[in-house]
Amino acid sequence: MGITSKPVVFAVLSAAVILIGTTATVFIPLFMPSTQPVSAYIKPYTAVEQEGRDIYMREGCNNCHTQTVRPLRTEVLRYGEYSKPEEFAYDRPFLWGSRRTGPDLNRVGGKYPDSWHYTHLMSPQGMFEKSNMPPYAWLAKNKLDTSYSYKKTSTLGYGYSESDVEQQIGKYQATVTSETYPSKVSRDKVTPPELRKELTEMDALIAYLQKLGRDVKQMEAQK
Amino acid sequence: MSEAGYNYRIVRGFAFSALFWLVIGLVVGLWMAFEMFYPVLNLTPWLSFGRLRVVHTNGLGLGFSLAAIFATSYYMLQRLNRVAIPFPRLAQAHLYLFNTAIALAAISLFAGMNTTKEYAELEWPLDIGVVILWVMFAINVFGTLIKRKEKQMYISLWYIIAMTVAIAILYIVNNLEIPVNLFKSYSIYAGANDANVEWWYGHNIVGFIFTVPILAMFYYFLPKATGLPIYSHRLSIVSFWALNFAYLWTGAHHLMLTPLPEWIQTVAMAFSIFLIAPSWGSVVNGYYTLQGNWDQMRSNYLVKFFIAGITFYGLQTIQGPLQGLRTLSAFFHYTDWVVGHVHMGTMGWVTMVVAASFYYMIPHITNTELYSIKLANIQFWLTLFGQVIWTTAMWIAGIQQGAMWKATNPDGSLMYNFLDTVASLYPFYKLRFAAGLIFFIGILIFVWNLVMTVRKQPKRAEA
Repeated sequence: MGITSKPVVFAVLSAAVILIGTTATVFIPLFMPSTQPVSAYIKPYTAVEQEGRDIYMREGCNNCHTQTVRPLRTEVLRYGEYSKPEEFAYDRPFLWGSRRTGPDLNRVGGKYPDSWHYTHLMSPQGMFEKSNMPPYAWLAKNKLDTSYSYKKTSTLGYGYSESDVEQQIGKYQATVTSETYPSKVSRDKVTPPELRKELTEMDALIAYLQKLGRDVKQMEAQK
Repeated sequence: MSEAGYNYRIVRGFAFSALFWLVIGLVVGLWMAFEMFYPVLNLTPWLSFGRLRVVHTNGLGLGFSLAAIFATSYYMLQRLNRVAIPFPRLAQAHLYLFNTAIALAAISLFAGMNTTKEYAELEWPLDIGVVILWVMFAINVFGTLIKRKEKQMYISLWYIIAMTVAIAILYIVNNLEIPVNLFKSYSIYAGANDANVEWWYGHNIVGFIFTVPILAMFYYFLPKATGLPIYSHRLSIVSFWALNFAYLWTGAHHLMLTPLPEWIQTVAMAFSIFLIAPSWGSVVNGYYTLQGNWDQMRSNYLVKFFIAGITFYGLQTIQGPLQGLRTLSAFFHYTDWVVGHVHMGTMGWVTMVVAASFYYMIPHITNTELYSIKLANIQFWLTLFGQVIWTTAMWIAGIQQGAMWKATNPDGSLMYNFLDTVASLYPFYKLRFAAGLIFFIGILIFVWNLVMTVRKQPKRAEA
């Protein structure tokens, strides 16, 4: 074997061999629209939902929760309609996960009221004694940092203007701080008094969770 | 410095860096294992499971394994090429920068700067640091190879070359991201494409960190430790090229039954089965090397590390392709079965071979004898038992939870709610923690033994 005495040739050949499978199964699919189809029914995240998604990532929620319901009978029974590729067109990065220490969350949006999430995130063990989920009470004690919200959504190409982003944030803040907010009691219980009129990280995380799987219902209804 | 002016200072620096990060990574692992059945331990944001898991995987995958790979690579490159590394200062800078980067990586992950792409969680400034580190390493790899005094490159060098090339490609492609600020970026790929790129990376980074360079160690240190030549050169050639070719097609077996296009999944499944052949090429080569000399299992304490290691590698490379089959994945995926699978590879194969390589290499570079063979034997049994109990507990836990997820009542409704399936795992989590502790004690003995070996050094330093 001549190449075992030619290190540079050997390296080039190794790279070539490695790139065959890579090209076939990774690079080419990147340029095929069928790999990641889009649907007009699936809308990008609002600025607040995106902030919530970033908190989900920061806390590593994806280490215990998946976001893909597989087309299996018991899985559809447990979580709901199986996941469709269109749903993930705006997900950068994807958050499908690899281990279900906790349940899948791809269909959690709308499954419970916001009040459920405030109470549960505050203390999972308070709601389910045997749960091993970490408590996330501190998220309600952190004011949401929106200083990068516009930059984030424009980096992600959601097409919002700066005033769109301000409006989205203002609107959600008005919703959760309103006297008529249905989950007010639960929110006030976990949120310190000085932050009750502000958006907290927990508010944003819950906004994100409530978005999961919402748009796909309309897409499915149209089929 | 030593015979032929080989630079062993760098080897030693990386070897002890590896041991340091090994202990840190395992302490984090034990803490998480406890959290799994005692969530009160999620005391602060930076101690919460979601953040610790990435500290654990990065600390051991990058901190321990890469340092061990750099240590043994610098050693093998010099020995096998019969030439000192050409840029010793660059290598020294590589060592300092590496440890700085790993420390910063740990801090940033504790702080929640996490891109969430598995085994590529570091944010973009650290990604750039990793690429620089890799280039620094590669310069010495190819520098040594080009200046070599040995005509033919031995098998281990092929594996080092393949690793150097593959990790560069994998790391750069998967970490392409657009920064928002210094601490935050978004992947340039979206949805199914991001998933496909990530698991192409995730699977192959495991391949080119936990398999390829560990095979390089195995092919070098087994003959060195036993005085026996590798059984078949031809088999090693076939295995090498087939492994490098097939590995890259298989990432999507991590994405069975997800929205990723079905053809990519199916191709991955087929190549995963094919991958058994080259993997077992190395297993067979390892076993047959000892043909007629199996008495060394008793007389030579290092042999049992290599044989246990290659055996777990053999089991690993059958289990992996099988659990990647669509129908089996439907049952096993997302359960603790996969956690058990990964840890057989890391705690069984990687740890065994790295331990044996270090036991051979450290006394050699410090010109002394191992501090205690007896302690090495105790370490062998502790890590072996710890790992076997650990992984078996997780396999049973995985089968149980998989079955409970699928169980239905006669009327077709689900038999268990999700929480029932979690609560049923706690006995296994407790057993896993105990097994992890046994393993950890073995590792502490391993580290102690090598530290004492080095401290013994001056006695024969000028021999």
